[in-house]
Amino acid sequence: MKLDNIFKIFALISSIIVILIPFSILITLYVESNLAISEFGIGFLFNTTWDPVKEEFGGLVPILGTIFSSTIALSLAVIMAFAIAIFITELCPPFLKNIFRAIFELLAAIPSIIYGIWGLFVLVPIMKNYVEPFLIKNLGFIEIFNGQPLGIGLLTASIVLSIMIIPYISSMTIDVFLLVPNVFRESAYALGATRFEVIKNVVIPYTKSGILAGIILGLTRALGETMAVTFVIGNLYKIPKNIYEPTITIASSLANEFTEATTDLYLSSLFYLVFILFFISFIIIAISRFLIYKLQKWERESF
Amino acid sequence: MGKRIFLDKLFVIFSLVFSFIVIFVLVWILKDVLIFGIKSINLDFFLEDPRPPGVEGGGLRNAVLGSLIITSIAIIISFPIALLSAVYINEYNHKISNIVRFLSDIMLSVPSIVIGAYAYALFVKPFKTFSAISGSIALAIISIPIILRMVDELIRLVPDATKEAAYSLGSPKWKVITKIVLSYIKVGILTSLILSFSRIFGETAPLLFTSFNNNMFEIDITKPMATLTVNIFVYAMSPYESWHRLAWSASFFIVIFVLLTSIISRILQKQH
Repeated sequence: MKLDNIFKIFALISSIIVILIPFSILITLYVESNLAISEFGIGFLFNTTWDPVKEEFGGLVPILGTIFSSTIALSLAVIMAFAIAIFITELCPPFLKNIFRAIFELLAAIPSIIYGIWGLFVLVPIMKNYVEPFLIKNLGFIEIFNGQPLGIGLLTASIVLSIMIIPYISSMTIDVFLLVPNVFRESAYALGATRFEVIKNVVIPYTKSGILAGIILGLTRALGETMAVTFVIGNLYKIPKNIYEPTITIASSLANEFTEATTDLYLSSLFYLVFILFFISFIIIAISRFLIYKLQKWERESF
Repeated sequence: MGKRIFLDKLFVIFSLVFSFIVIFVLVWILKDVLIFGIKSINLDFFLEDPRPPGVEGGGLRNAVLGSLIITSIAIIISFPIALLSAVYINEYNHKISNIVRFLSDIMLSVPSIVIGAYAYALFVKPFKTFSAISGSIALAIISIPIILRMVDELIRLVPDATKEAAYSLGSPKWKVITKIVLSYIKVGILTSLILSFSRIFGETAPLLFTSFNNNMFEIDITKPMATLTVNIFVYAMSPYESWHRLAWSASFFIVIFVLLTSIISRILQKQH
């Protein structure tokens, strides 16, 4: 009886720790950024200055950098991951299916710093010498595609990010595509539907909530990713005029400056950025949870 | 060719082309890491400590050991907490199970650098020194939800009839849990242990301002300690050729480690 209680108490304490951690993070980040919040207020979000010498800090550049790089990365990754999911579940021969799935699951386990070092030493020269000049020559008439090929900058960072998140999104999409009962597919084929129509009208409607969950997973990875980005984004406090220019993200500014923050206000401003990042991921997860719940309910009712 | 057939063909070609681009790039990355790594790695990597900038040779003995120490301590902290709370929400108190699951999902998507900043505020700032243990705590916080969610899924697979049979023989609850529930899923628990270890072994961001870095050989966990990942970051950004080689060697070691652990856990899962 006694041992029973001891075991229960330990299990209870563990659960309490798990519940308390997120709240403790929220409170700690708020307390640490309090100095910057009272100094700069909500205007921090709209100020482009980041001047450690004059002690004036604003978060707009890293916030925009985070939004730009995640958006570009996510749009590239979603297209690619979708193509892979369709290829593996609908097009490739069955004996290759499991091999490809295993490879993508292994790749999702590769740490982001590996993508970072590869980006810096291999991708940057290729972007600078081949890809960016090519884009400037052919798409240069559009303003955001026109600029100097630097190699290091927003586009390279977004590409590294998208390569990194593709395995996450595709693994999840493949899993849900495989959940679609084959009877559904076969019925549609029997009615004369093409592969495109089967995927568009049968597979995707059936798996909406799973696809959304995969995309959200990729988005949260991209938003907070530090190492894959810091190597190749250039870390410059400047709003990029075109997709090639160096800029900075919240995560990369933290990685570069946290240990160098000499004054309380400087450190507190960095914590303000952490707080914003935490808040954004929290909101995205909460909204997506709600959407996924709604979609699942809708799926249950319509199938 | 009708419009429908044309659309279908176009669609198939697009998904084939995009798939091959991605597979090509991912294989290319692996190839680069393996080739640059094999060229750079040698026995000195494991036996020697770093030399001053610009001096040829040297290794990352301190960082290999540092990574293993910091990751091991993290798992020692997180594993019991995650395991016991998974048990608690499934066997003792179903009312809080949804809250715990929801909060774990949130924690899974919190960027790891945020956890690093949190550990800095609680364990570095008050003691005015970077320390290996603060890095371990940051990694522990990252691994708790990973292990918790995996074990949670496993426990739900244990058939009620098996548990009820043990209860009907008069076993106390803690015995049913340890001898029946946990032993039923022990291979799965081992897999989750291996996977979470390899997952946080490659983390960099939470260590940048907790365990920081150290050029010396250090085993005192209250002092800053070198890790492979932080060294990759520092060395790759440096202008020295010999340091770049060390960065590639460290990347090679990490990739091999991660691939091996993934394969081992796959084999374990297959056998059961």
